[in-house]
Amino acid sequence: MISRRDFLQVSMAASALVGASGFGNWGRLAAQQSLTQDQLLEFDTFGNISIIHVTDIHAQLKPIYFREPSINLGVGANKGHVPHITGADFRKAYGIADGSPSAYALTYDDFSSLAKGYGRVGGLDRMSTVINAIRADRPDALLLDGGDTWHGSMTCYKTEGQDMVNVMNALKPDAMTFHWEFTLGSDRVNEIVEGLPFAALGQNIFDAEWDEPAELFKPYKFFERGGAKVAVIGQAFPYMPIANPGWMFPEYSFGIRDENMQAMVDEVRAAGADVVVCLSHNGFDVDKKMASVVTGIDVILSGHTHDALPEPVLVGKTHIIASGSNGKFVSRVDLDVRDGQMMGIKHKLIPIFSDVIAPDPVVSKLIDEQRAPYKAELEEVIGQTDSLLYRRGNFNGTWDDLICDALLSEREADIAMSPGVRWGPSLVPGDDITREDIWNVTSMSYGAAYRTEMTGEFIKVILEDVADNIFNPDPYYQQGGDMVRIGGMGYRIDITKPQGERITEMTLLKNGEAIDPAKSYVVAGWASVNEGTEGPQIWDVVENHIKKMGTVSVTPNNSVKVVGA
Amino acid sequence: MEFSRRETLAMGLGAAVLTALPFRVIAAAEDKIAEFTGGADLADTGVELTAPEIAENGNTVPISVNAPGATAILVLATGNPTPGVATFNFGPGAASQSASTRIRLAGTQDVVAVAKLADGSFAKASAAVKVTIGGCGG
Repeated sequence: MISRRDFLQVSMAASALVGASGFGNWGRLAAQQSLTQDQLLEFDTFGNISIIHVTDIHAQLKPIYFREPSINLGVGANKGHVPHITGADFRKAYGIADGSPSAYALTYDDFSSLAKGYGRVGGLDRMSTVINAIRADRPDALLLDGGDTWHGSMTCYKTEGQDMVNVMNALKPDAMTFHWEFTLGSDRVNEIVEGLPFAALGQNIFDAEWDEPAELFKPYKFFERGGAKVAVIGQAFPYMPIANPGWMFPEYSFGIRDENMQAMVDEVRAAGADVVVCLSHNGFDVDKKMASVVTGIDVILSGHTHDALPEPVLVGKTHIIASGSNGKFVSRVDLDVRDGQMMGIKHKLIPIFSDVIAPDPVVSKLIDEQRAPYKAELEEVIGQTDSLLYRRGNFNGTWDDLICDALLSEREADIAMSPGVRWGPSLVPGDDITREDIWNVTSMSYGAAYRTEMTGEFIKVILEDVADNIFNPDPYYQQGGDMVRIGGMGYRIDITKPQGERITEMTLLKNGEAIDPAKSYVVAGWASVNEGTEGPQIWDVVENHIKKMGTVSVTPNNSVKVVGA
Repeated sequence: MEFSRRETLAMGLGAAVLTALPFRVIAAAEDKIAEFTGGADLADTGVELTAPEIAENGNTVPISVNAPGATAILVLATGNPTPGVATFNFGPGAASQSASTRIRLAGTQDVVAVAKLADGSFAKASAAVKVTIGGCGG
C-alpha cells in the first residue's frame, strides 16, 4: 500500500502525473453529521476520460446491510498493507473519524448501532442515479462491470441470471468480465453472452480443448473517449474450475496467464492505445503482483476479494482501484490522457447510502418487475435475529456459525463445513429474517447439503488445502476466498507455516476430545465442487433450522485459535 | 445415513493427490538432468517454461517450452514417480525451438525444463504447479 503522502510524492516525482483523491471531501462530512446526495457525488470533473467501476454486486438489486471484516490477514509482502488492515487501523491509515459515514461504510466496529443511523447501502436503482450523475458531467463515461453480477439471490437463481441481465442492461455497461456467472453452466453463459449489448472480456478465458483463446470472449476492446484511444483488457477470475465446479463449464480454461496479458498490453499499445485499463476479477493481491510483472497497464479495476479502498494503490506505474461488493460502492475514476500517455488520475469511492441517494424511478420499476413473480416467496418471514448476522472474516462469521449450526442439527452431523465465500449481506439485531435473506447468503447452482463420513486425517487435509489457498505467501497461489467455516470442531492455525503444518489441535467440540486421524466423523457441508453431490438444498436446511429456533441468537465463536497474524 | 458414494470417492482422489512426495523421487529427477547434461552447469536464462500456477486438472496440465537456438529440451515432472516427461529434439531446419504438451502430475510439484543451447551450454527453468482439492472460491 502507498499512503496518501507517498502517493502525492510519487505524483510530484513523476511530474507528468497529477494525483488526487476524492477522499478528503468524505472525511469532512463526518464533522457535519449529515450527508446529502450532492456531497456524495461532489467531484470536479478532471481530465478527458471518466470511468465508472462496479463489481461483485452478487445480484443485490435492493439495498442491504453489509458489514466489512474485522479480520482480513495478509501474508508475505502483503502483511499489514491494505486491504489487510481493518477497524481502527484502517480508519487511522485513511484519517477516518470514529462513527463517521466512512467508518460505517469501510470498517466493522459498532456496525449494529451505526446501521440504525446510516441505514442500508446499495440498490441498483441508487447505483443508477450515481451513474447518471457522472454521465451528466461526462456523457461518454465508460461503465465497466467487474463480474460476479449474475449470482447471489433467489430471483437470480430462479431466472438463471436473467433478472440481473435485464437490470444491468438498463444501466448500459460498456464491458464486463466474469466469475460466478460461469456457475450458471456454460450453455446458459454462452446464451446470455451471445445476446449482450456490450463487450464480454477476458484475455484469460481459453478453450479447454485447444488451449487457445475462447471465441466468445474477446481479450480487449478499444473505446474512443475524449480524443484518446482507451484499451480495456478483461481478466476473468483465474481459478474458476478449481474454486467452483469445473464440470459445469468443461469447455473453458482460465488461469492468470500473465504472459498473455503482457502480449495483449503490447498488442493494444502497438495498435495505438493511449491508455490501458484492465478490468480484473483477480483479487487485490493477485492484481498487485500482476501489476509488478506486467508492464504498461495504467489502471487496474480490481474485483473478487470484495475490498473497498478510498484511494488507489500504486504499484510501479499502475494504479489499482478496489470498489467493494454487493452494490455498496461505485468508483469514479477520471483520467487525463494526452500525447499517448496518462498524465493524471482522480478517483472517488462513492458509498451508496440508500437513504441519501434517490432511487432512479425507471430502474426501481424494472427491479420490481423482476421480483414481482417471486414477491410472496421472497418476503415470507422465517424468524427473527437477536444477533448481528454477517459473513466476512477470514475464519468465521455469524451467518456461517448459524449455517453450521443448521447443518449439525438438521443433518445430525459431528462436524459441519460452510465454504469461505465473501458474498452475502448482513442483518442487524431486531431484523426479521426473510426467505430472501437466507437465499442471499446461500444461493448457488450447487447448493446441495451433503452428509458423509471423513477421517480425521482427511479433514486435516481439507483444512490445510484451503488454508494454503488463502495464506500461501505468493499471491498467484491464492484463490481469494476465506477459510472454510467449521462447526462442531475447533483448531489452531499458524498462518506463517507451509501447507501441511498450519493446522493443529483439532478438537471435537461436543466432547472436547482431540480429533483422531484414523477415526471417521460424520460431516455435513454444502457447495461441494464434485459432480453428483446429493442432499437437500442448503437454503431449505437453514430455513427449517431458523423456523424451529424462532429467534436466532449466535454466541461468539472462539473455536479457531489464530497464530502468526 | 444418505451419503453419496460418488462424492466420497471423488474426495478420496483429492486426498491421494496431496500425499507428500518422497525424497527419492526428487533424486530421480536430478539423475535425469545429470544424464542429459553430463553434469554441466545450468544457466538461469535461455529457456522459458510456461505452466499454470494451479492446475485445473492434475491429470492433464498444459505446459509449453521455448528455447531459441536450442538443439534439445528435456521436460521433467520432478514429483512424479517417473519424472521423465519428454525430450524435444530440434534439427537444423526447425523454424522455432518451442513445443507444447500436456502432462499428468501426481501432486503439487516443480516442473523443470532443461535446454541444450546452440553453443552446447545448458539452461534450466522451473515452475511450481499446485494440485489442489479446490472449492470455497469467494
